[in-house]
Amino acid sequence: MRWQAYHTPATIDEALALLSRYGGKAQLVAGGTDLILDVQQGNHATPQALIDVTTIRGLDAICEQEGWVVIGAATTHAAIEASPLIRRYGTALAESCSVVGGPQVRNVATIGGNVAHALPAADGTIGLLALNAEVQVCTWNGSAVECAWQPLLSIFAGPGKNRLAVNQMIGAFRFPMRTERTGSAFDRIMRPQGVALPILGVAVQVTLDENGKRAAAVTIALGPAGPIPFRATESEAILLAAPRLDEEAIEAAIVAAQRQAELRTSKHRASKEYRHEMVAVLLRRVLPKAIERAQSRSTFG
Amino acid sequence: MPMLTMTVNGVQHTLDVPAGRFLAEVLRYDLKLTGVKIGCNEAECGACTVLVNGRSVDSCIFPALKAQGAEVLTIEGLAAAWRTRQPSSANLHLHENGDQETELEALHPLQEAFVRYGATQCGFCTPGFIMQAKTLLDANPNPSDEEIKHCLKDTYCRCTGYVSIINAVKAAGEKMRTGQMPEPSLPEHVEPLHYVGQPLPRPDAIDKVTGRALYADDYWFEGMLYGATLRSEHPHARILSIDASAAEALPGVWCVLTQKDVPGALCHGLVEADWPVFAGGDYPARYVGDPIALVVAETDELAHDALKRIRVEYEVLPAVTDPVTARRPDAPVLHPDRPDGNLLKHIKVRHGDVEAGFAAADVIVERTYRTPMTEHAFLEPECSIGVPAGWNDPRFGYHDKLTVYVGSQIPYADRDQVARCLGLPKEAVRIKGTVMGGGFGGKEDIAGQIHAALAAQVTGRPVKILYTREESLRFHPKRHPTIIRIKTGAKRDGTITAVEAELYGDSGAYASLGEKVMTRATTHATGPYIVGSAKIDCYAMYTNNAPCGAFRGFGVTQSAFAVESNMDIVAEALGMDPIEFRRKNAMRVGAVTATGQVLRESVGLLTCLEKVETAIREWWREREQESGRTGGQDGASISGRHLSSLFAPLRISNKIYAWGVAAGYKNTGLGGGAPDKSEAEIEVFPNGRAEIRTSSAEMGQNLIGVLAACTAEELGLPIRNVSVLVMDTDLTPDGGPTTASRQTYLSGNAARLAARAMRERLQGVVAEKFDVPPEVIAFHEGLAYVDEARLAAVRGETQGAQNGSQHPLQGSTATLSRSRSISFAEAVKLLIEEGRSPKLRYEYWAPKTQPLGTGGDMHFAFSYAVHAALVSVDTTTGEVTVERVVSAHDVGRAINPLSLLGQIEGGIVMGIGNALTEHYIVENGVPWTQHLGQYKMPGIKHTPQMCNFIVEDPTAEGPYGAKGVGEISSIPISPAITNAIYNAVGVRCLALPVDQDALLLAMKRGERELDRRWGDPPIR
Ligand SMILES: Cc1cc2nc3c(=O)[nH]c(=O)nc-3n(C[C@H](O)[C@H](O)[C@H](O)COP(=O)(O)OP(=O)(O)OC[C@H]3O[C@@H](n4cnc5c(N)ncnc54)[C@H](O)[C@@H]3O)c2cc1C
Repeated sequence: MRWQAYHTPATIDEALALLSRYGGKAQLVAGGTDLILDVQQGNHATPQALIDVTTIRGLDAICEQEGWVVIGAATTHAAIEASPLIRRYGTALAESCSVVGGPQVRNVATIGGNVAHALPAADGTIGLLALNAEVQVCTWNGSAVECAWQPLLSIFAGPGKNRLAVNQMIGAFRFPMRTERTGSAFDRIMRPQGVALPILGVAVQVTLDENGKRAAAVTIALGPAGPIPFRATESEAILLAAPRLDEEAIEAAIVAAQRQAELRTSKHRASKEYRHEMVAVLLRRVLPKAIERAQSRSTFG
Repeated sequence: MPMLTMTVNGVQHTLDVPAGRFLAEVLRYDLKLTGVKIGCNEAECGACTVLVNGRSVDSCIFPALKAQGAEVLTIEGLAAAWRTRQPSSANLHLHENGDQETELEALHPLQEAFVRYGATQCGFCTPGFIMQAKTLLDANPNPSDEEIKHCLKDTYCRCTGYVSIINAVKAAGEKMRTGQMPEPSLPEHVEPLHYVGQPLPRPDAIDKVTGRALYADDYWFEGMLYGATLRSEHPHARILSIDASAAEALPGVWCVLTQKDVPGALCHGLVEADWPVFAGGDYPARYVGDPIALVVAETDELAHDALKRIRVEYEVLPAVTDPVTARRPDAPVLHPDRPDGNLLKHIKVRHGDVEAGFAAADVIVERTYRTPMTEHAFLEPECSIGVPAGWNDPRFGYHDKLTVYVGSQIPYADRDQVARCLGLPKEAVRIKGTVMGGGFGGKEDIAGQIHAALAAQVTGRPVKILYTREESLRFHPKRHPTIIRIKTGAKRDGTITAVEAELYGDSGAYASLGEKVMTRATTHATGPYIVGSAKIDCYAMYTNNAPCGAFRGFGVTQSAFAVESNMDIVAEALGMDPIEFRRKNAMRVGAVTATGQVLRESVGLLTCLEKVETAIREWWREREQESGRTGGQDGASISGRHLSSLFAPLRISNKIYAWGVAAGYKNTGLGGGAPDKSEAEIEVFPNGRAEIRTSSAEMGQNLIGVLAACTAEELGLPIRNVSVLVMDTDLTPDGGPTTASRQTYLSGNAARLAARAMRERLQGVVAEKFDVPPEVIAFHEGLAYVDEARLAAVRGETQGAQNGSQHPLQGSTATLSRSRSISFAEAVKLLIEEGRSPKLRYEYWAPKTQPLGTGGDMHFAFSYAVHAALVSVDTTTGEVTVERVVSAHDVGRAINPLSLLGQIEGGIVMGIGNALTEHYIVENGVPWTQHLGQYKMPGIKHTPQMCNFIVEDPTAEGPYGAKGVGEISSIPISPAITNAIYNAVGVRCLALPVDQDALLLAMKRGERELDRRWGDPPIR
């Protein structure tokens, strides 16, 4: 049996009113590349109805707003990958979205779906996290919709579980548009065998101080390293404290990340030991790249 | 139901669709645009790719209602959409059955290029590829290899190995830019005849690139019902009871069939009838996936929903899930009626005195290797349609007997098995082949044929059974996972003195072709080498895993991995170059195989070795020149250093590169004493055409092109005037199974000799008309004429004429007699006027072979190959990439170099999968691998640069010298890769597929041998 109704609301109000009305028996759908597969493969109960968020006007917009880059929840990976604004100010996100699936998947799969699906190693999610992104949660209060921004991490409850209630959805994401001395990068390790998700993905963003020597801000997102997407805060602290962002600092940050991350062995995907190595491999690739990008976007020499 | 309005290929449609319908279903089943294929239903394979408002989507999971108001383009609309943009060709009109060139010109350049470059084989993936590639060329008509690979990353092909696809996309781009399509480049091959040896596009290529080709699921009949199969959840369980009442109570469900409904034999099987049509009664379910019941309902969805309402009471039995345990006396027994417990067959090769051989050896190497269970992953899941006798369909006509439409590798075996299980005489059943979306050995056993026929018989309606991808994965026979302990002894000078091996093959729950496959693994376990002595024992065991049977390579893939790994280990121990060591022992004319066969001809192995060696040497020379030019700028420092070995490692930043080599051989034909024959029928028509018929299967390999070429060659007919009919047990004589790389040889010969016999018949009547001896009548390009030169020769010296008639006269300097010629059509008319039949059959019997153990010729021909792989290993991640492959294949004769190359490229990439990506994982009898996403065949990004040589060392009996190529191309590549990994990083992989995780950790720990592979249970 499949869903018995397919709704194509034009507004968030309409979508959430419907969603609340079904009281948990309907499911939001965007690209469907997670949800429909889960339903078809018996990993998710068949909902009575699907409510398509991609028909909501403006939910696929990418724009600049008061120092933030704002991305509608229904923006596809392909659109993010192609957006000059995101490539410029959120390189890590553009890079992480560009490796998801193939073009056919990226043409429909959305960033909202990627985040809402709540896997600790979802690529777009890792990219967003490194950009200090916030998520806009929209809530239907019975007569109207209220939207509020909150930190991205606050939306995750556990692997495959988000904290959205049956009257809520994601409206958008935003990340601060750092124009100066800031660079970001993403990379991941895959295996060529039958595992869709990465063994490990890492995204970082670095903002240099005025002299271009020290870090003024660093975020390191990493997954899977625990039940929800993970920020390597101890590594961030080490880099912030380091007198210069050289190899020594990076190696120290790696050790801290390896210590803090909850790396596990997951069947047919990777051993804990291998992941431990990959934390180092990826940070050695990604941190210098982000630093270099930050340097190239600096007014100092 | 909601209304959906959309424009498809320029035509607006408004349809009532259920809320849960996907776009692919609407396009295929409601609008009958069956060029849209469904390969997986999980957005994994890309076969369903269509454009929605110009963007490509996987339509199999795209809710149809998302296309509300959209413009949809499918393969069917592509050419027209292209022509409307091309004012110059707007007035091109198509000839019905006419000029292929005109038709090609009218297509989209991608479609044209896929035809000309051989980028369509089975064709099932082709529409998806073309639609996806279109999105690239629209934006960038001059893409690089990298861009093409990026675009086609998640669109999968199992036949071509992607090389021809990449080339075709480039060629199409060039045509879009310049108006000219470049010619494909091909390896050197011997001078072609008129058709034999010509790189002609496949006869069905245009159908495949336009979406017109009809695969089984593309047929639908008025009043058709749908079947869905309930399968065992347990690896071993007695069926105590089945309660189907709740399912039968559903409106729209016609019936639920179980074992009690089977009127005839309760089991089927190609070699042994041990596989129940339905498990039940005396036949427990013996693997997860064994069929228990079949629901027949008005719709496919309803049939599948009804499955969930059937209650089965099982008595779970202890299961045995590995072949070594299965041989223990206390193991649970699968087939208690058999004499030897779980032993399907103990296969032995004894050759000389191994004890003496090892005693004489200076070096002895012994290792144990493991190969994975692998899956064919043909893009088209199995589909059968049963149509009852007496059924009249407005489109497909009257069915005078129970008919099964199916894409199967062995139509006659299907017919016999359907008849036996339905309790009918063979003649009461007809198998009608459809276009087949790949087989590779996986469509030899019965899939839904018996169920569909039974359901049609019971309901009196046509019944379609289409397997989902999950079901296909779960149920059909796989490649045997094999454990191989092999010991090789050699003298200091490199002479191999002895080989001892023990193989355990997991044949799974049923016999299938297990015994034959494991026999091939055993007899090929010395590799293509002369070995002083050999003692090989193989135990093919029943277990409660999926049955294992035929899969391209047929057991030789497994033993070759062990043999060729050991070869490199021994070579290293001897301090010999791996190629030199192989050359020293290589089979050659006069050699005796371990089964006692003297090789009398057609052993091109040494030439293959030489070609590959030269190519690797050449690669190093180029590298040295390059690094000389750049002064080692690329980080690789080899210039100035004497190259110690072709297999030396080369480090470039994080990666270490090295070549690895392996050789292989593979029999053509059944062999082992099995009578091997193919029959073909030829009919010539007064309109100047000819048709060649045989039941042999076309599954993408272009057998039909081979048969057409042989026929056209012999009859001197333009090849477009030759049609080929295959896979129909009423209209085509038995060509035998399409397996064992046998059809070019067997059916090629049957076609060639049928055509030759027809030519002789025609020569007779034309000779009478012109009053000349028959042997001077020649045929060329649709004319029959008196070859005046030959006539003069015959009249001059009567003796010389005899062997003259043995050679086709065309192609030589035959002088065309203008005055004394008639058209082929006239010749046929004469034949008919004379009351002679325009139709004849030729039964071709291959040379006799001997059973294993009796000495003599076990096989009538072998093909040989040498593969070398350049791999890179990332020393930081353990990731392995096959960068380049050089291959040489001795195929006797390249009948169609374009399709031959397709077989080679496709086989090589399939072998890359065997080494690096593929493993159908079963844990305690329960498949972990359930979806296509969990079984990755190589994608386009795995395609290496390739350089393939064709070696043509003809075999006297083969058609124009040809022998098989279907399997050999996938055999040596896996060990070539693992040998290369060893040469790069010093870790010997003993088990496949290679796991980057374990490889990296082994490198870090300095371990030299690695027994872990991807799919082994995690270490806690
Ligand atoms: C072949 C293939 C390859 C893939 N490869 C990758 C990969 O490499 N990396 C990766 O990270 N993922 C991958 N994925 C997974 C998937 O494509 C992504 O997670 C994708 O981003 C999901 O987005 P969607 O729009 O398709 O979500 P959907 O499937 O439509 O929805 C997913 C979940 O999000 C919810 N949801 C959707 N939108 C909203 C919203 N606005 N507010 C609240 N809830 C919402 C849905 O209710 C559902 O629970 C792959 C999938 C496939 C099929």
